[in-house]
Amino acid sequence: MASIITRRTLLAGAAGAAALPLAGPGASAQAPLGIGFIYVGPTGDYGWTHAHDVGRKAIEAEFGPKVKTSFVENVAEGPDAERVLRQLASGGNKLIFATSFGFMNPTVRVARALPNTWFEHATGYQRAANVATYNARFYEGRAVCGTIAGHMSKTGTAGYIASFPIPEVVMGISAFTLAARKINPNFKTKVLWVSTWYDPAKEADAAKALIDQGCDILTQHTDSPAPLQAAEQRGLFGFGQASDMKTYAPKAQLTSIVDDWAPYYIRRTKMALDGTWKSTDTWDGLKEGAVRMAPYGDAVPENVRREADLVKDQIIAGTLHPLTGPIKDQKGELRVKDGETMSDEALSKMDWYPEGVQS
Amino acid sequence: MTSALLVSFAMTLAMAATPILLASLGELVAEKAGVLNLGVEGMMLIGAVTGFAAATLTGSAYLGCLAAILGGLAASLVFAGLTLGLSSNQVATGLALTIFGVGASSLIGAPFVGKTVARIGPLFPAALAEHPLLRVVFGYDLLVYGALALAAAVGWFLKHTRPGLILRAVGESDTSAHSIGYSVLAVRTAAVAFGGGMAGLAGAYFSLELTPMWADRLTAGRGWIALALVVFASWRPGRLVAGAYLFGAVMTLELHAKAAGFGLLPPEILAMLPYLATIAVLTLISVRPGRVSAAAPACLGKSFSPA
Repeated sequence: MASIITRRTLLAGAAGAAALPLAGPGASAQAPLGIGFIYVGPTGDYGWTHAHDVGRKAIEAEFGPKVKTSFVENVAEGPDAERVLRQLASGGNKLIFATSFGFMNPTVRVARALPNTWFEHATGYQRAANVATYNARFYEGRAVCGTIAGHMSKTGTAGYIASFPIPEVVMGISAFTLAARKINPNFKTKVLWVSTWYDPAKEADAAKALIDQGCDILTQHTDSPAPLQAAEQRGLFGFGQASDMKTYAPKAQLTSIVDDWAPYYIRRTKMALDGTWKSTDTWDGLKEGAVRMAPYGDAVPENVRREADLVKDQIIAGTLHPLTGPIKDQKGELRVKDGETMSDEALSKMDWYPEGVQS
Repeated sequence: MTSALLVSFAMTLAMAATPILLASLGELVAEKAGVLNLGVEGMMLIGAVTGFAAATLTGSAYLGCLAAILGGLAASLVFAGLTLGLSSNQVATGLALTIFGVGASSLIGAPFVGKTVARIGPLFPAALAEHPLLRVVFGYDLLVYGALALAAAVGWFLKHTRPGLILRAVGESDTSAHSIGYSVLAVRTAAVAFGGGMAGLAGAYFSLELTPMWADRLTAGRGWIALALVVFASWRPGRLVAGAYLFGAVMTLELHAKAAGFGLLPPEILAMLPYLATIAVLTLISVRPGRVSAAAPACLGKSFSPA
């Protein structure tokens, strides 16, 4: 319901564009490239959608009059997305970014019907000639957070506010827990599923519930700064999500995983402008700058900063993979052998948790 | 559960129940006067953002609350102008008000994203709330107590005062009230305005106490729960309080039980519970049409034009 206004506006815009005389193929060098974005949340969430919108603005800043971007926010995952995708395409957008996992099936269906439009789907795994996928290795950032948590948690228990048990979330929980257990072998991660990506009051209540259960450090895979605020209020610590959330919790935020989609978006837009766009599967991480760590909070001691930096540098250098064996699952069964690392394919289908995760 | 856990649970519960109670009290008065305003969520969002903006600019959370009341009230007057002045359809206008509220709050709030503000904070000095058991009683902010006091006041007003009787008369039989000389539209406008102010205040409880920040769609659908609650309480303020705390308990218990490692029910079922309970109550009302006071005001949702 929330996006009806924006969708109507979009429809009016599309009708207006159709009324204008269309530029022929010869004039296309001058006509700006239409780039559409479809967001699952509001751009003002200060989290996931906000980060994508920062990337969209980076495209505008980089290419100026050569591109024309537009976006539709608050689109529900499911059939609704299909209609919005079609509208974006018929509104003259040649390159369309679908920025949530749940947009996967609608994107693939619409792409089949519109072979001359290029689609980019974030965090999914289905590709086609005109559907590329992209994702960021957030689990690399989670390993840095886990290292800090392992050092700084007195109770040895972290609270993890999680949305839905999809592989993306599962691998983040796993990377965080494994990194923390390298420091403190008895470390535990209590996962609390809130079944939403965005509900600040519920996320805050979940944070309080976890703190009451003895968690003295919080991390989250939901989109609002509310859990971090709850940690700040109780004098505890936590990690930000998607953006630097320090303004919300100046004392509590130890660091934050910052999503930076700009390098990828600029690269792909350039390809589209040059006519060299191809369907690819991109998974950038700390090394490529798609994942960055916010500056450490004042509460992080010098030695912990060094340890965290070391993990970060080793991941960037390729000498450390956060999901390296031996990894036992919750039942104690060996899932990844000593010295082996989980392949990207295994990661993207991950549906089990390592020891130490309570979910 | 240890006592510390129980205290924390009880406090989270009371704070989760408060905004729902505030918003549904306002809606109850509007509905008692015969106006169905489905725009509660929109008015809450407008209240949340105006409250946050005012608190940021003035530095006072209480001035923020006042601004939130005025913001919600202004939004409700737009609704009143359309539905009462121009006799537009109340359901459609209410839905439009919610959609408008989502957009308008996002627009007003854009410069305030990323800012923080001091919470409303506890009403009583910390010394009084030091002991855990005393904290359950004295540990809250003004609005938790205020919501309960307002519920009592609304109950007394509707049942024992003459203006309350007139308001109910307007909601039960607008033509009769009109024929004996009461201004149906004036009474309804006042009731809708009260509902707007309360929804605005409920919104401010999110942006100034529960999660002191502004982010789009901050209230995340609580307005719809407030609407359901009015029906669940069968338009009685006493039941409204019980219902708000019951809904609050369900929402809080879900999280606390899961954090402690018990999966009571799948989260999807728990999210449905307030609405399922409302449907159950509606069914009961229609199956056993008992006393009149258990049912909806007779003129609920109908337009009235003084001939």
